Parts: sequence; C-alpha cells; structure tokens
Amino acid sequence: MSSSMDNSMNNKLYALTGLFDTPDEIMHAAETASKKYRKYDVHTPFPVHGMDDAMGLGESPIGWVTILIGGTCMLLMLGFIAWVSLVDYPNIWAGKPYFNLPGYIPILFEVTVLTGAVSTVIIMFTIACGLPRNNHPLHDTPYMQRTSDDKFGLCLEAEDEAFDEGSARELLTSLGAKSIAPVYFDASEAKSGLSLANPWFLGFGGAVALGVSVFIYVTFNYMVFEAPFNWMSVQPKLAEQAPSDIFADGRSMQKPVEGTISRGYIPEAFEKDPEAMAKYVVNPLPVTQDVLTLGKEKFESRCSACHGNYGNGDSRLPADAYPAGPSLHSPKVAEWKDGHIYHVITYGQNVMPSYAKQLTKDERWAVIHYIRALQRSQNPKETDLK
Amino acid sequence: MSTVNPSAAYEKKALPGKASSFGWVALILGVVLAGAGYAMDPLRTQFVSIMLLMFIAGVAICPLFMVAVEYLAGVVWSTPIRRVFELVTNLVWFLPIFALPVLFNMGNIYEWTYMSDPILMRKAPYLNETFFIIRFFVIWILWVVFQQLFVKRSLKQDETGDQSLTAKNIKMSALFIPVFGLSITALSIDFMMSLEPHWFSTIFGVNFFAGSLVASLAVVAIATILLNENGYLGKGIVSDHYYNLGFGMFAGCVFWTYTAFSQGMLIWYANLPEETPWFIHRWENGWSTITYFLLFVHFVVPLFGLIQRKNKRSVNRMLFMSLWVIFAHMVDLYWIVMPTYGHNPNAHSHGPTIGLAELGAVAIAAGVITLVFTMGAKNKNLIPVGDPKLQRGLNFRL
Repeated sequence: MSSSMDNSMNNKLYALTGLFDTPDEIMHAAETASKKYRKYDVHTPFPVHGMDDAMGLGESPIGWVTILIGGTCMLLMLGFIAWVSLVDYPNIWAGKPYFNLPGYIPILFEVTVLTGAVSTVIIMFTIACGLPRNNHPLHDTPYMQRTSDDKFGLCLEAEDEAFDEGSARELLTSLGAKSIAPVYFDASEAKSGLSLANPWFLGFGGAVALGVSVFIYVTFNYMVFEAPFNWMSVQPKLAEQAPSDIFADGRSMQKPVEGTISRGYIPEAFEKDPEAMAKYVVNPLPVTQDVLTLGKEKFESRCSACHGNYGNGDSRLPADAYPAGPSLHSPKVAEWKDGHIYHVITYGQNVMPSYAKQLTKDERWAVIHYIRALQRSQNPKETDLK
Repeated sequence: MSTVNPSAAYEKKALPGKASSFGWVALILGVVLAGAGYAMDPLRTQFVSIMLLMFIAGVAICPLFMVAVEYLAGVVWSTPIRRVFELVTNLVWFLPIFALPVLFNMGNIYEWTYMSDPILMRKAPYLNETFFIIRFFVIWILWVVFQQLFVKRSLKQDETGDQSLTAKNIKMSALFIPVFGLSITALSIDFMMSLEPHWFSTIFGVNFFAGSLVASLAVVAIATILLNENGYLGKGIVSDHYYNLGFGMFAGCVFWTYTAFSQGMLIWYANLPEETPWFIHRWENGWSTITYFLLFVHFVVPLFGLIQRKNKRSVNRMLFMSLWVIFAHMVDLYWIVMPTYGHNPNAHSHGPTIGLAELGAVAIAAGVITLVFTMGAKNKNLIPVGDPKLQRGLNFRL
C-alpha cells in the first residue's frame, strides 16, 4: 500500500472520492452531483432503492440487447431445425409432420433464454464494465474497502469536462463527505495490460483441454465397452438365426401361432374349388378413381383381345385360330362373386390360361372392379339411370 | 429521499357514490342480459354460469394467496396496498350465489350425471352429485374461514398496531398455501375439467390458477390505480408499486402460457386416444380460431405490452393492460367451457358464438366486483396503517 501511495504522487488523477454515513446522505449527494457531472459513480455496500432516479441514469438499453440477440439466435435455431428436418434428413418422427413446430417450441425457448442471458452477461462484462482488465484505480483503496463494508461513497471522475479538483473538493465538503481523498492511476498496473499470453495461464488451459480430451476419448472408445459400463451394449436380446436364452426352446425366431397366414395369402386348397374361393375371398380394394383407372388399363391390355373392349366377347383375334372369349355380361358371370372371377383370372378356365404371371394380385382385383363397372354400364338398373 | 409519514399523509375518506352506482348499473344490466339469454337458450346460459362462477372464484381467492405470500416471504412493496387485496377477497362470501345456477342444473350440464360407461363408473365414487356439492361447500367454508382470519387480524392491527398479529398471520399463511393449492385445483377439476369427464390433465388446476392470478392482479391493479390517482391512498404509493403489479401480471401471463402450452403440446405429441378429444373439441367447428386468438390475447399482447418498464409505470397503459388481461382470462374460461356446450345433445350451436348470456356474465362480474369492493371499503382504512412493514413498503422504489 505504502509504495503505491508513494509513486502515486507522480501519476495522473483518476477521481476525487468522499465517504458518507447513511443512504439518505448518499441519495442527496447523488442528486446534487448529477446536476453538475456526468462521469461520476456511487458505491454502496447494498442496493439502495431509488438510486437510479437520484443519479438520473434513465433506462438501461441492455434489455434491447438481450431481446435482439435472443430473438436472432431463436431465428437461427429455427432455420437450423428447418434445414435438418426439411432438407438434410427429412424423416417422420412419431407420425408428426416433417416440420413439427409445436415440438420445436421448447428448444426455441431454451435457445432464446440461453443466448439472451449469456450474451447479456458477456456484453455487460465487456462493453459496460470494460473487462477483461487486471486492475482498476479504485481497487485496493481505503475508499473501496469502506464502501464495500459500511460506508456510502461518491466518486467524481477527473475525466469529466466539468471536473476541477478544487471545486470537486468544495462540493464534497459542502455535502458533508468524510475522508475526501484523491485516487490516482497506478502506472505499473496500468501498463501491464492483459496477461492472457502468460505461459502459466496458457499452459494450464492447454493441460485442462488435453486432459478433458483424453478423458472423453478413453471414455467413449474404451470404457463404455468394459463391464460394468457396457450395460447398454450387452443385454438380453434376440438376434435372427441365433440361439437365445429368452425362450424355453432356445430359439430366437419363434414359429408363428398355429393357423397364422400372411397378408394376401390364398390357401392352395382353393385352386380346385372356385365355389369356396367365391365364398371366402372378398375384393380387398376400394372402388376409387385410381383403382378403376388401373383396372381399365390392365383389362384393355390383357383381357380385351379375347373378351372385347367392353367385355362383350367380340374378340379381335382370327376366329379360326383362337376361340372368341365369352361375354362378361352373361347372367352367369354377372352373378359370380368377385372371388369366382378372381379364381378364373388366377387359375384359368377352359381354354383361358392363368393370368397370374401377367397380373399382380392387386391388378386382378382392380380388373374385377372394372369388369363390374362394365357390367353396370351395359345392363344398368333403374336406380343407375336417375 | 423523502420519507412519508403514513399517519400524516393518509386520511380516511369515503369512496365516491359513483363507484357503487356503476356497480349497481352493471349488475342490473348484467342480470337483464343474462335473463334474456336464459329465455333464448337456457342450456347455454347454464354453461355461461360456470364461466362466471370460475371467474369470480379465481378473482376472489387469488388475492388471498398474494396476501399469504406477502406474509410468508416478508414482501414489503405490497404492504401498502394489502388492504386492496383483502377487500377483493370479500368476494368469497358470495360464491354460493354464483354456484347455485350450476349446482341446480348439474343434470343438464355434466355428462357424468346422466351417462354411464365403465370409465365413468370407476370415477363415480368421486364424481357424483352429492360428493360434488359437499366438496364445493367444504372448499367455500375453508376459504371463508381463512379470509376472515386474515382480514380480521389485519383490520385489528389498524387500531392496535400489535405486531404479534403479523406473526400469527405468517403462521396461518404457511397453513393456507397448501390448502389453497389443493382447493383451487379441486374446484377447477370439479367445475371445468369434469365437463368432459373422460378427459384428464394433471396441469389443469395449475393452468386455472395462473389465469386467475393474472385476472385478480389486474382487478387489484385497477382498484389501486383508480384509488391512488384520486387520492384515496395517501401520497406514498407511486408508479413503482404499479410496476410490481404489472410485473406480476406479466409473469402470470407467461406462466399461464407455459402451463397451457405444455398441456397442449404433450397431449398433441403423445397422441393418446383418451387425451386428444378435449383438444379436438377445441379445434373443430371453428374453435381453432379461438385457440389461436387465445394465444394472441393471453400471451402475445401481454408479453409485448407489459415487458417494458415504462408501460408498467404508466397509469393509462397499466389500466389498459389490466382490462386486457381480464378479457384474456375470460376468453380462456370461454375456451375451456363453451366447446363442451357445443357437444351437448341439446346445444343450438357447435361453433364459437357469443350470446347475450356471455355479455351479461361480463357485466355481472364487473358489477359484483365493484359493489363488493365499495361496500367492503366502508369505514375502513384503505392502507393497513398499523402494519409494521408499511413504512418500508411506502419507501419502496425500484
């Protein structure tokens, strides 16, 4: 302390400080000082309500910074999520749309709060408080010791245009300040500047970074594969074509329940029995524009050569080479169930061969719907004409 | 800093007659409108009576919660206006009058009274008419007892200045807050959630509490500002006190949004068949417009309207925002209650429409709150002159 006081005599004046005993006194002092000075500050051991107004500080613009940065980062995050979920990796999760806005709102909220809060603190420290810096003229002064303990201090800075040491001292005295003292810039500290390049500091930071990196590398590449940390990868599970302890018979692949059939499977027993098929098999397709279009296309390419474009049995083929196909509007065919027609298409009938190779199952059912439409167009009922 | 001597700056004054005249006019107008609504569509009016009951119940009890918080947390800023909070809580006395239309028409309103299926049979031990009525009156008696104890001691302190009364109220606050949490949840589940008895949401009561807190703070803010600007509260209450009321409204609106959104988003995300119908009823038949509108009035406008410091300290903007959030709370109740009316087999309309009954309910609410406040304020100090924290509260600055 004494050495800094000694060489302070040669240094530049930073401020003139004075101490007060009560909040009321400092409030009055701040009101008076605010009329003359702009660059001055008040230090109190606890927050004094109403000090902002007494000092004439006005509203802080920091709130606008918070909302601006928070809002910007929220929009950036929204853009990032939109890019991931619409462009980079579009996928349906939980049956929700690709762009699942309600599900993103918690994330956007968190990002807004996090970035707004952190950036506010950083901006307060850097722009408002001038950090990082190693020193401040007020540090380590009796003034700061008392104002952080039991006194209320007013600090008139020499940078102010209206500052003049004599008149400032006069003002402090007239306000009733005690321990009026000048504070000087400390030359040795002022010159030292930032010491971020300090080898010890850099070495410590580098060691921490290296240690954390090694720890993470070892953890995720070796440790998680060793007991007891491997409980996620080593667990009872079923793998196809492999034995398993889970079921009593030691197989991982279980036989289906007796009587199970796969979707669309039609038992072979129906092959020789069109009546059974007519009874048990129904058309699975709905009557829609798409189905009828498909049926028309397939009927005209596969069936119409023998049965005619309208199913009237007017074959386009030479009559001496191929027998003409029968009309599909005969009462017999009209009364057939869909399953019966399906049987004919699948297995053939008389000289008609099987069309199972040419038409898929769905195409056969679509053709049957189209045949029904043809039948209805050729022999409409009363109700169809209304 | 100028310190205010409360006994010197404050003098007891009778409220002007125009306040109670306004109350009577609004009340009579409301009753006429509601009566006309009842003649046109009785069922709709019965559903609206739930809205009115829940609005009054929330505005009546939430100020008592704020009083309890003030005692428990040692809040000083709200001490000078605690009497305003206390006078608003006089509304709890009148809750049975508002509950009677609902209790008498339970058989029309609540489908658990006339429907029976395995789910409702399992819920029947709780959801039956007798227990429902018992629950309402137990809650009412609890509220009235606590309200009386709090307010009686506070009024007594005006005369004696006895600090031990504050200590007693602090102990009672610790007892009241859990009672308050459970009772307001039970009340909202009974009267509003059981409108669709197959549906359930664990955050429903919290959501109702948040909305009611906002509305009750707005009522207190309007009363405080009108009284203070006309010189009924002495000279110690300044815009910094308005700021804190506005801050409470802002926080309440954001909290309401948080609970409402988390309820909606989780149910939407999980997509479970037993949870989604309630939201589907609030989405179909044009209700999606009201859903978006609710988000706008209850979140977007209060967020931007109340976030700025100068708005919370300005008399006119605070009055406007207080009326706005009361309107938002009414829209919230309308959105909760009325879609169920649309699914009632005897309903006349399925979509969001405004009938005379709704306008009547708004007028009745305004009238009753004004009348109860002015009558309760008769011959009473409007600031708690005997409270040991009063001076610190008057000195409160941001």
